[in-house]
Amino acid sequence: MKMKFATMAVTAMMAAAPAMADLVFPSLSYRTGPYAAGGIPFADGYADYFTLLNERDGGIGGVPTRLLECETGYNTEKGVECYESTKGEGALVYQPLSTGITYQLIPKTTADGIPMHTMGYGRTSAANGKVFSHTFNYPGTYWNGASGAINYLLAENGGDLNGHKIALVYHNSAYGKEPIRTLEELQKKHGFELSLLPVDHPGQEQKSQWLQIRREKPDTVLMWGWGVMNQVAIQEAANIRFPMENFIGIWWSGAEHDVLSAGAKANGYKALTFHNVGRDFPIFDDIQKYVVDAGKAAGAGDQIGNVLYNRGMYAAMLAAEAAKTAQEIHGTADITPAMMRDGMEALSITEEKMAGLGMPNFGPSFDVSCENHGGPGLVGVTQWDADSQTWSLISDFAETDMEVIGALIEEDSNAYASENNIEMSCN
Amino acid sequence: MFYREAGDFKTTYAADNQTFPIKIDRMGYYVALLVAFLIIPFTINDYWANAILLPFLIYSIAAIGLNILVGYCGQVSLGTGGFMAVGAYACYKLMTSFPEVSIFFHVLLSGGITALVCILFGLPSLRIKGFYLAVATLAAQFFLVWLFNRVPWFYNYSASGQINAPERTVFGVPVTGPNTESWATYLFCLVFLVICALVARNLTRGMAGRKWMAIRDMDIAAEIIGVNPLKAKLTAFGVSGFFIGISGALFFALYLGAVEVGEAFGIQKSFLVLFMIIIGGLGSIFGSFAGAAFLVLLPVVLKVVGVDWLGWPTDIVAHLQLVIVGGLIVMFLILEPHGLAQLWRVAKQKLRLWPFPH
Repeated sequence: MKMKFATMAVTAMMAAAPAMADLVFPSLSYRTGPYAAGGIPFADGYADYFTLLNERDGGIGGVPTRLLECETGYNTEKGVECYESTKGEGALVYQPLSTGITYQLIPKTTADGIPMHTMGYGRTSAANGKVFSHTFNYPGTYWNGASGAINYLLAENGGDLNGHKIALVYHNSAYGKEPIRTLEELQKKHGFELSLLPVDHPGQEQKSQWLQIRREKPDTVLMWGWGVMNQVAIQEAANIRFPMENFIGIWWSGAEHDVLSAGAKANGYKALTFHNVGRDFPIFDDIQKYVVDAGKAAGAGDQIGNVLYNRGMYAAMLAAEAAKTAQEIHGTADITPAMMRDGMEALSITEEKMAGLGMPNFGPSFDVSCENHGGPGLVGVTQWDADSQTWSLISDFAETDMEVIGALIEEDSNAYASENNIEMSCN
Repeated sequence: MFYREAGDFKTTYAADNQTFPIKIDRMGYYVALLVAFLIIPFTINDYWANAILLPFLIYSIAAIGLNILVGYCGQVSLGTGGFMAVGAYACYKLMTSFPEVSIFFHVLLSGGITALVCILFGLPSLRIKGFYLAVATLAAQFFLVWLFNRVPWFYNYSASGQINAPERTVFGVPVTGPNTESWATYLFCLVFLVICALVARNLTRGMAGRKWMAIRDMDIAAEIIGVNPLKAKLTAFGVSGFFIGISGALFFALYLGAVEVGEAFGIQKSFLVLFMIIIGGLGSIFGSFAGAAFLVLLPVVLKVVGVDWLGWPTDIVAHLQLVIVGGLIVMFLILEPHGLAQLWRVAKQKLRLWPFPH
């Protein structure tokens, strides 16, 4: 045992030898386990964008980027191990892609002074930058998602949801429980009926939930699912002949691999999104040229243009832009995590900027501020076409009910602040 | 030649009955304690504490607890994850309800509460045995996880259903929450581990342990010679639950800080701890340590070798890890069914006779 400790000591020291003069972006990915189907394209997109920056532009502001990939398997214990093993290397920003790991890392990253970006997942109330100084979740949160879905239904039903029956099928975890509060508030406001159907990890067992849906015949089914749960839910919905156009998933339940297994029966299934879909963007030509054709793609190179690949790339783009902003603010190319945090807080994404990056119309334009870490929260709806096997955007990126969401964010973040004796910043 | 009893004269029964009758063992034990208490706290860093030492210490406590039940008393349990969850949620409720009481007592009390729950779920063991008992404890596992997910009171009605450890201090030094120093959390867990190991070792050497082993070896024979199976089995469940509860409380409060019951305390946790004691050695305190060290260190070592040294893709290393751990478990079951502890015992036996084995 002691021998092992000795070898480990040497190993850890060799692994932790500091390599300065590059911008370190850890990628806590999961390419194994029941959530790998979603984890792989996201991690590929994240890695490929940084490879592109290195190959095409020589890094960010002349400093090469270095991606540190660490496999978490969507497991919080491994997430902790990954966080501890990468933070010593000058990690600039963490993106764990797991709500469970996010909850764990929020206090740790704040104590260590490293920013964390949980794009469209994690703790929604972290949008309140006064309380959560190092956590960002722009451009949208789960509560925007919940409200966006209800707004879409309102528009579909002529502005009146009285007596409308909605069933929420959700992953029985912190992630899946996230929208419930918002939906309950919106229920009071709009008068629809809400029923909750939890699905336990990993989500292969959903017979009883869909039996209940078949019995209760809700008008709309919302889903907060991830990993293998999505495929099973869409298959079960097809089995009970639930009309797919009344089945709306959150943005983590709307990728190609979720719907492909149900074949033609999945036609018409809808999912929310906060960024554009498809591969009709100039940036993908660059990725093809500099990354895939050069044999430097993170994965097999077959995921380009997939919903989650785009999202991983979008996350990397936002991180890179924040790093650029930080370099401008502090006038140095070699930034630290603290500078990165300032850059994220001063991040401004405009249409021109995105067009210049080869991603015109890819996501909303927004400005992050010290108070608002959550972005504008614009939500669009996409629909699956099983014939052409493509997702297409069927609505604009629309405003959500910030009146309800803002109050909830305020309440939840203040509760967190008083629980943990956090002093409000941004004064 | 040097590792032997000869020459180490003992003049009292107490000296004759001590845990390590051989001098060199005793020295090794004291050196290990010295290193653990006086050297590691000064050299430890965050990575070592959070990735290796804390999980090792905490899983060792859990493994000792399960070893008492499975290894010493022969009652197969698959409910470890659920019982650890009881410890974690008990600790959370105590921490948030009585913030003025020291976390030290909260952890002990969580152990006590888990012991009671464990005894409750141990009651069926009086009527059912072997595989059937394993299934009954499996039910406990699923029921407890369901309960902590289902009843909002357990997680103080938080919107996410997660529990978060607030900051608590011992002698003014924070041991839970984000602003902890690695040496503080390490020492806090180490103190619990040492206490638990001493208690477990001495319980298993005494009357209680003998009763458990009698029940394990043949319960009818044990009953005939006057062992009360009700008391023996339930005390085993209680003591085991106490240790597992402590480990669950530490796992939540010190190691993870935020916990979601289905993910942190699922059935995988039960199997992991069970594998630890199988690989380490059933019915051995040393085996609990060895098994915990093995299963905590192996993934880290494989990751460091595969990803950091050889530069392989992370997913290939993660898959290889599953293959290697699985292969090792099968190999151990075939080659050394009594685990690492037996290897240790054989090595000591050989060393005692060395260099004249005949």
